[in-house]
Amino acid sequence: MRNLFLILVLLFATPLFAVEPDEILDDPVLEQRARDISKGLRCLVCRNENIDSSNAGIAKDLRLLVRERLVAGDSNTEAVDFIVDRYGEYVLLKPRMSRENAVLYLTGPVLLVLGAIGAFLYLRRRSRRPSQPQGELSREEAERLAQLLKD
Amino acid sequence: MFAEIGHFTVLLAFTVSIVQSVVPLIGAQKNWAGWMRLADTTALAQFILIGISFVALTYSFVVSDFSLAIVAANSHSAKPMLYKITGVWGNHEGSMLLWILILVFYGALVALFGRNLPSALKARVLSVQAMISAAFLAFLIFTSNPFLRISVPPADGNDLNPLLQDPGLAFHPPFLYLGYVGLSMSFSFAVAALIEGRVDAAWARWVRPWTLLAWVTLTIGIALGSWWAYYELGWGGWWFWDPVENASFMPWLIAAALLHSAIVVEKRDALKSWTVLLAILAFSFSLIGTFIVRSGVITSVHAFANDPERGVFILAILTVAIGGALTLYAARAGQLRTTAVFGLISRESGLVLNNLLLVVATAVVFFGTIWPLVAELTTGRKLSVGAPFFDAAFTPFMIVLVAILPLGAILPWKRAQVGKSFKNLRGALALSIALGVLVWSLQTGGRMLAPFGLALAAWLVLGAILDLLVRARYRENPIGTTLRRLRNLPRSDWGKAVAHAGLGLTVFGIAAITAWEQEDIRVVELNERFVVGAYEFQLNKVVNQKGKNYSAQIGSVTAYKNNREVAELRPEKRFYPVQQMPTTEAAIDIGLTRDLYVVLGDKQGDSGWTIRTYIKPFSNWIWIGSLVMALGGCLSLTDRRYRVAGAARPSARRVAQPAE
Repeated sequence: MRNLFLILVLLFATPLFAVEPDEILDDPVLEQRARDISKGLRCLVCRNENIDSSNAGIAKDLRLLVRERLVAGDSNTEAVDFIVDRYGEYVLLKPRMSRENAVLYLTGPVLLVLGAIGAFLYLRRRSRRPSQPQGELSREEAERLAQLLKD
Repeated sequence: MFAEIGHFTVLLAFTVSIVQSVVPLIGAQKNWAGWMRLADTTALAQFILIGISFVALTYSFVVSDFSLAIVAANSHSAKPMLYKITGVWGNHEGSMLLWILILVFYGALVALFGRNLPSALKARVLSVQAMISAAFLAFLIFTSNPFLRISVPPADGNDLNPLLQDPGLAFHPPFLYLGYVGLSMSFSFAVAALIEGRVDAAWARWVRPWTLLAWVTLTIGIALGSWWAYYELGWGGWWFWDPVENASFMPWLIAAALLHSAIVVEKRDALKSWTVLLAILAFSFSLIGTFIVRSGVITSVHAFANDPERGVFILAILTVAIGGALTLYAARAGQLRTTAVFGLISRESGLVLNNLLLVVATAVVFFGTIWPLVAELTTGRKLSVGAPFFDAAFTPFMIVLVAILPLGAILPWKRAQVGKSFKNLRGALALSIALGVLVWSLQTGGRMLAPFGLALAAWLVLGAILDLLVRARYRENPIGTTLRRLRNLPRSDWGKAVAHAGLGLTVFGIAAITAWEQEDIRVVELNERFVVGAYEFQLNKVVNQKGKNYSAQIGSVTAYKNNREVAELRPEKRFYPVQQMPTTEAAIDIGLTRDLYVVLGDKQGDSGWTIRTYIKPFSNWIWIGSLVMALGGCLSLTDRRYRVAGAARPSARRVAQPAE
């Protein structure tokens, strides 16, 4: 297990010569597009590192592949699709918005809306009632908190 | 011999912690003073015992006792003394011992300085605290014994990972642990309050300093880690949204929410059960962080040893602690009644909104972090969630938070009018927008990031300044009086303004470096000059040199601006033979307006070298801002009302602090 850790560290931390001078495209616009795409693609053998900053062999291959596709006239989406077709969804650092990933993308907005409703109801109650029968309040409050807990 | 003493005191501390988790709790239930008082003695005893074992372990590292397994695996006789000592927590077992040392240290602080605490509350808090230390001591003893001997000691050790041989990282874990573990105090107070069924202003006054302390140390710890990544990993990234970073960021966010909601409990006697829930959640995220770092369930770059047995053990602790606390919460939270009344528009509402945004943002980070695991377990799909996702999903919440912060901070308690409060901020808003427009017109490209980020940063800083001025009634008084009033404002007001301004500085640094960074990668011949942005660089020479436990190639690069020499940079490539590991040491010319960041690459041809050069504008403001935030927390900590030791006198218990 120690060795595994070591390998991970090595992969991550060897001198980071990610993009090498000989990889850079002559056309600065194409090169910039290649860099932007590279930042969203995962180096498959690394841990949470994009191919733009990784020095692993596969990252270099992918960088060259991206540039090849762009030179061949692909749009950014087409180039990314080309790579996802070959290496799978795993290569994307930002998962696609799909039914399977709905939870991931909806968590924030849904929680925000539910939380805002809960907070508004709470605040309205606080502003309306000068003094409240205590037993009743505690039940309502418990309900509100159960709601918040569920969120 | 020393190691055996250390081993023995750990076992002893485990026994003491079990006694402490049972006896005072029963004492508090039955109102037996002697049983309750026992907690003070045992809390001190735990601290002394763990202290002895920590000293014993440190001693083994200092004298390089390679008959200890973790010394042999993580140290080396030729390592500099500083890293021999910091190597104690550069590994799983030793860092766990440090974690526990800090835990019992906090317990001892409560025992020593908690004289004003009601004795039952104190006994219960210490008892809960002891349950946590018992669980982690069991974890240490049964799965990660740092005092394990090996029968045939090697002639020399395996050395510490070279990346960890760095001052920035050496002190990063202690600060993080002070923060993580500090949240256990808020947790213990929350559980104790639930057992008693009572939360009042005095309770909040006790919880807030602990949370503040934890938050301040977490802020410093996270900033140190980010700074380390910036200069050590070789391309100047400062935040990677790595699972382990997220593990420290989530407790920080929740602690920030807790800090704010505890104010409402203290001043207005409202939001009690929510605050208790946040206190439980904050420490829960600390535990989840520990689990993420040490179980290896979620793959990450800086995970410690990946051992399933340890993972299961921590998961068990986590389940019992979080599950138990939440069950207790479900049963008891209903008893926490609020009588306060306040308007829909009020400081209270502002703080509720702050809490909502921080908690939802935390949830987004949490789901993003565990989503690859969930997806693989439920559908078998392998996918990644990385920086581009978090940048897109997390940032909007922070933008909204920052946008409403100055207004929320200036609203009066109980009942407020947005228009009236906003009048005070009109100038700040106008200036901020003007600054944004200015930046937008000055920069050639059309990207809105820099103008927008700078306007937000200015809005925060100016808002914080106006907050202080308004409190000092600067409109009604001459300058002299205003200054005197400013000086006499409570420390907590200063702390609040300073922390908010610090956030502004961090926002400024982030916006500037993201929008304006310049990068250049090329093969450079010796004595060749090349241009990057407003600067010219020249590679003079590359020499070989030997360090204490590594060999290095050191480049010499001169930077010029307008043909005047501005800096000499010495980027290094190091090789650590014991660990067979190369590292890069970027050369950075640090400045308040820009960092020049040069990295030496491989040799190309006869006399050429790959050189990466970055110009990173205002990058240091990210960490300066973090330190200013921490400073604000420290100022709040020194507020008089905390020095009066919680003011937990019976008379103070029922009356909430009057709103000003």
